Amino acid sequence: MDLSDTPGGPHCLDQYLDQALPGTRTWTRHCPGPGPGPGTARTNIEVVPADLLLLASSDPQGVCLLETANLDGETTLKQRRAVAGLGRPATEFDPENFNCLVVCERPNDNLNHFKCYVERPDKVRVGVGIESLLLRGCTVRNTDQVLGFVVYAGRESKSMLNINRPRYKRSKLERALNRDVLCCVALLFSMCLVGAVGHFMWRRSLPGTPPYLVPDPQGSLDAPSLSAFYMFFTMIILLQILIPISLYVSIELVKMAQVFFITNDVDLYDAEWDRRVQCRALNITEDLGQIQYVFSDKTGTLTENKMVFSRCSVMGTEYPHKENAVRLAVVDEPDPDQEVVFDQRPRRRRPPGWTLAGGEEEEEEESGSGAGQRPHAAPPRSKAARSAHGDVAFSSPLEKEVVPDKALLQQIVKIDFSGGGREVDPYLDFFLALAICNTVVVSTATAQRERLSQLSSGSVSTGPSYALSSLAQKVGSLRRSLASWKPLTRGASPDSQVLAPEEEEEEEVDEEEERGRASGRSGDMDALRSCRLVVDSDEVLFEAESPDEAALVYAAKAYGFTLLARGPASVAVRLPHGERLELEVLDTLSFDAHRKRMSVLVRHPVTGEMVLYTKGADYTLMELLGSPCAEQLNDDQRSVAANCQKHLDQYAKEGLRTLCFTRKTVSEREYSEWSTLRQTALAAMDNRGAQVRDSAVHLERDLSLLGATGIVDRLQDSVPDTIEALREAGIQVWVLTGDKPETAVNIAYACRLLDEGDMVINMSSKDKRQCASMLDCTLEAVRRYPPGPDGAVTDPTVAMVIDGRTLAMALESDLQERFVELARRCRSVLCCRVTPVQKSAVVKVIRDKLKVMTLAVGDGANDVNMIQAADVGIGISGQEGMQAVMASDFAICRFKHLRKLVLVHGHWCHSRLAHMIVYFFYKNVAYVNLLFWYQFYCGFSGTTVIDIWLVIFFNLFYTSVPPIMFGIMDRDVSAETLMGLPELYRLGQGEYKSSIFWVAILDAFYQSLVCFFIPYLTYRGSDVDVFTFGTPLNTVSLFTVLLHLSIEIKAWTAVHWGVMMGSVGVFFVSILAYNALCVTCNPPANPYWTLQAQMGDPVFYLVCLLTTVVALLPRYTFHVLRNTLRPSPLLLARNLERLAPAARRRWTQGWRGGTRGAAAEGTPREERTAPGEEGPSPTWTPPRPPRDTTTNAT
Amino acid sequence: MGKEAAKTGPLAHRPDNSAFMQQRLPAWSPMLTTSTVLPFMYCMAVLCLVVGVSLLITVQGTQEMKLDYTEAGTCNNCFQSLKNVSNAGKSCSCRVVFTLEHEFKGDVFFYYGLQNFHQNLRKYMDSRDDAQMVGRKQNLKNPSSYCEPYIRDEKDVPIAPCGAVANSMFNDSFALQYQGQPGDPINTVPLYRKGIAWYTDENVKFRNPHKNKSQTLAQVFEGTTSPPYWQKPVYLLDPLDATNNGFINEDLIVWMREAAFPNFKKLYGVLVRTQEPFTNGLPAGNYSIDIVYNFPVQYFKGRKQVVLSTVTWFGGQNRFLPIAYLVTSGLVFIIAIFLTVIWWKFGKDAKNMNE
Repeated sequence: MDLSDTPGGPHCLDQYLDQALPGTRTWTRHCPGPGPGPGTARTNIEVVPADLLLLASSDPQGVCLLETANLDGETTLKQRRAVAGLGRPATEFDPENFNCLVVCERPNDNLNHFKCYVERPDKVRVGVGIESLLLRGCTVRNTDQVLGFVVYAGRESKSMLNINRPRYKRSKLERALNRDVLCCVALLFSMCLVGAVGHFMWRRSLPGTPPYLVPDPQGSLDAPSLSAFYMFFTMIILLQILIPISLYVSIELVKMAQVFFITNDVDLYDAEWDRRVQCRALNITEDLGQIQYVFSDKTGTLTENKMVFSRCSVMGTEYPHKENAVRLAVVDEPDPDQEVVFDQRPRRRRPPGWTLAGGEEEEEEESGSGAGQRPHAAPPRSKAARSAHGDVAFSSPLEKEVVPDKALLQQIVKIDFSGGGREVDPYLDFFLALAICNTVVVSTATAQRERLSQLSSGSVSTGPSYALSSLAQKVGSLRRSLASWKPLTRGASPDSQVLAPEEEEEEEVDEEEERGRASGRSGDMDALRSCRLVVDSDEVLFEAESPDEAALVYAAKAYGFTLLARGPASVAVRLPHGERLELEVLDTLSFDAHRKRMSVLVRHPVTGEMVLYTKGADYTLMELLGSPCAEQLNDDQRSVAANCQKHLDQYAKEGLRTLCFTRKTVSEREYSEWSTLRQTALAAMDNRGAQVRDSAVHLERDLSLLGATGIVDRLQDSVPDTIEALREAGIQVWVLTGDKPETAVNIAYACRLLDEGDMVINMSSKDKRQCASMLDCTLEAVRRYPPGPDGAVTDPTVAMVIDGRTLAMALESDLQERFVELARRCRSVLCCRVTPVQKSAVVKVIRDKLKVMTLAVGDGANDVNMIQAADVGIGISGQEGMQAVMASDFAICRFKHLRKLVLVHGHWCHSRLAHMIVYFFYKNVAYVNLLFWYQFYCGFSGTTVIDIWLVIFFNLFYTSVPPIMFGIMDRDVSAETLMGLPELYRLGQGEYKSSIFWVAILDAFYQSLVCFFIPYLTYRGSDVDVFTFGTPLNTVSLFTVLLHLSIEIKAWTAVHWGVMMGSVGVFFVSILAYNALCVTCNPPANPYWTLQAQMGDPVFYLVCLLTTVVALLPRYTFHVLRNTLRPSPLLLARNLERLAPAARRRWTQGWRGGTRGAAAEGTPREERTAPGEEGPSPTWTPPRPPRDTTTNAT
Repeated sequence: MGKEAAKTGPLAHRPDNSAFMQQRLPAWSPMLTTSTVLPFMYCMAVLCLVVGVSLLITVQGTQEMKLDYTEAGTCNNCFQSLKNVSNAGKSCSCRVVFTLEHEFKGDVFFYYGLQNFHQNLRKYMDSRDDAQMVGRKQNLKNPSSYCEPYIRDEKDVPIAPCGAVANSMFNDSFALQYQGQPGDPINTVPLYRKGIAWYTDENVKFRNPHKNKSQTLAQVFEGTTSPPYWQKPVYLLDPLDATNNGFINEDLIVWMREAAFPNFKKLYGVLVRTQEPFTNGLPAGNYSIDIVYNFPVQYFKGRKQVVLSTVTWFGGQNRFLPIAYLVTSGLVFIIAIFLTVIWWKFGKDAKNMNE
């Protein structure tokens, strides 16, 4: 590797040379920012700013823990080591004395490979690989200080090289527009041809050389054919405004304004993150109105990606954690001030069970407000008032704080911690298992505090008062809930999770007030941290591979079982009474997808007993329960298992992620036997994985059940409504997730992707033949049902659940057709266990095969492919970094924002732009044809009957602003109605069709004929001159095109009136001025005083009136007839807006009922699947597990 | 956006919650349904009817007489003689007689008309120099290149007025005589030959080049020559009125306003109603027109006319407008009735909805 391999463009080369020479050190930073090369950067910032070669870290071993979620979406911690052989530990490492030559490969995009060597001053070369490279964008964890050498920075960093340039997107409308522009070109050429041929014929018909034929300077005339040839090009110049060049400019302007309005929509603003929606692609706003397929990620997109312990079952007793649930539900509490215009779903279901709707919410619903369901229905004015106090900072619950269940607390209190009772108490075991059966790493609070201070120092809070009161409230509630702890905690060690005496606590709250002022960042995490800082001074923080584990550990902590430390061979837990219990970890049988469980084998320090705690999916653990001596199992155990299973079923129905916990006492003999087996397995060379697994399976049997937990991955706010609205809008929703099918299906039911009445096709096969036959069978079955207008079967609704492996087979070229055909008939599809590549493959296949508009929404780096593949990519700017947002066309903060973005803005943008484009075509054709018709009376000589400046001005000034304003501000249906009636969305998709274009062109021809020939017949044979005749033509055209537009405008605001009046005003004022001032300014044209003369002539007004009336009569009549006889649903919806709210609601219900039947739009309702039920069902019934219609191959 | 950047705090990026930003401006949404437009339609029908009828009544009171003199009477000789190119410069006089059946009441306008003469050809229209005709000295001797090829004659003398439009100026002249009955004394019909052009054209757009008090118009135009087809120099266009010569000659000004269509008429004079028997207009009876026949039309199959017309408040005799208004009125009325039927039969839904 020579020097030319070093990175950097020519601008940095000098420094490389400096650096390359042994013995020279350059500390200058000529490259802007953290430029690559010469400097070593010392960082204690969380996010790595450039690709760093790790030289040293605060860890004595030179280890740095790294989270790469920003790059690949993996939340696991990865280890990076300092470059070996530099010798000195971090404390002694002095960057000033770093005097090595670093030679590395060219910048490339491979995230998992890096080649480089460091040449020490003593000429010893040390090879370095990826294990020492901190990639830009990663987060440093659990390491206080890192010293690194910048190898790649800026655009050369690996993460930046990984960002694909977004493909240039052109909206569907623009593609259609280009086709119509070509039609216009064809029209132009044919008109020019008519002109040329006409001129030739006219010249041929002349008997001699009349005085009006002007010869060239030599005094000779062109031959008719040559003259006609020239005339063709003259005509092109004359009629070129037929090609709407201004349209493109106008479209850009309109899109800019549309983007402006979208970003300024207060409903798409997320107060928690203080972020608006971002429109990153400026040219595809109208594609939002064309979406037919939505592909969504699950975790972090539909759910919040915040696992929360919800409820548990211990020894067959269920502890529903009502208080906890109530606390969780606080978020969903509807804003009572919100004014709701009309109920969007008169017969909607109860909200999902785990939000545990209280009585108040029920009442609210019955009063028809449903505010909780659609918080963006009404502009949150009241919220605006409240948010001034910063309540949003706490709008999210304290995920990690679990309010303990009283009954369960009582149980723990009963535990006799002294003496031998502990090892037999299942409750103790259960919580121990919760606390230690995981791979959670404990980090110290100090590190976390530093980060917190960094976060808060950057911003200033404005409205802390509410935050404080809310904080005080929360502390208070925590105090209340912990009140029952008092007897327990009294006398415990001061560093335990104990409540301080009242006064002290008050003081701390005051302190917290100060801190609250300082920390303005309205992230709940900060709030969470600061809150915790108050309550327990000694903080432990858990870094978990998966959020579920963290949730469980936090839950255990809530009950006093705090995981204190985890070492390679031991784990320390603090018990509720404050005693620190150190357990020796004999082995950890890590999780694998096949076993679907993990175990920890520990030795109890007191009893010396070896216990295996196993945690895993219920269906795998339940099989392992009992023992050869199952017969001897007492009834107790059996009923525990039965009850627990019951609870598990219940949890699953509620969409909770369930886990079972078991314990097993391992005898010494058993352990020693197993231990040898394990060693052999670990030492095995081939097939090691399977052997290790087998060894684990060997131990994990005859387990006794402790209990089960239910964890909520809380759905984001309003996700079910959003999905239901999208489905009602005729959009087929696909959820692509890497999760396992069980969880995915549960979530799918919870978010109404799957409905109770749905026919769910479960596709899961092991080999391709089976996959093919399944596809065939299912397709056969589904074909029996009549497809709806968009191809999807609507009665019953068909849904498909497919796993990643089957999907891969189905996407192969020979099965693709069948798969797509089947998918087309499904209203919703759930793909589990799919890889990022598969995600994009699915999107591409559907987009290309079905020729549909696709939208992909995701939040993580694993969604980037999908987002880029779809026609419209939407990134959710959440916790998983910015990759998705960077790749997206639109970035939103919440999934629920998709609803307004698509249903309202999408519809508006498309409808506005479509109408504006058609109008532009019409306008140009109508105007240009005036010039064209005149050619029949001037020997096809290319005369402009209207002064050429006025022709230019006509498009530029007089008639450009109204259509642009029309494209920006027209509102066919209000936002409330569009949100309330998602069915309207589909109807808005056909706004721009060729038929509409051609109708507009025909109308333009008719209108231009009227606008030309009525003045012509009026002035025929009179002494009118050319420009005097052109004046009424011009004026009549202005009135006709403006009034034509006013027929099209659906909502007249003050702006509309202003612009319309302004256009007419500008027309007359500017032309009067021009005609008065321009005596000879524009030779050889001579429009002097023409408009003034015309305006003094009554005929002018008579002509204008008559022509305008006759020109617009057909369109006007057509609109009236259509609106009366076959009003479009959009029109009906607009009509609804005029009604009083009560009447409107009545109408909405009736109307929805009507259209749903006719258009077969919506999803099947309860009244369809269960005809007996009428009206809103009083209680929400949890969804049943999917009904398989085809044989499930697994 | 600058205002927003200045904001700080947790809600710094919160969009402005104004009606405009949130697209909630109060709006008027007209619904084009039968129930809403019917009154408008009937009103429109009635309005068109009223206008149409009043126009029709007005038009009934107008008189117009067109006389094609291209080959009529003795003018046929002139027409034939002009066919010979060698006679182009020669003056030819002829007379056409006609009879007015009815008296022309009020102001009578005397037009000459041309058919198939394309004053509206692009190149022809451009072949003029307004700057020269507005009297700018430097343009008098250096006409604009738009005038090609009529800028200078063979001797390189600049042409004033230059260009094809001026060159092809209509140069027939007319004298109208009235003889009530055969044997009655012949009265020359007095025609006012000024005031036939637009006031602004006469006073702003066309000016003679500035001259001193001592200079004659001929001296001003010295160094220029008249267009090749002209028989008289520009400063002698009206031998009777010295103030009607040069660029402000009204016939020239009228001609220079290029007609919009190939068949057109141009004002030649207005009846002077000061002396008997013309105080009330043109009486019925026999008339004759003495024509100096100069303008050749055979090159373009043209026809030449004399038009006598009375005018109303909306111009000359124009039967199209009243008829068009009446037809439109009928059309709107028929549509209105049709929509009424529709409304009666189908519009109930919409009606209910509005309740």
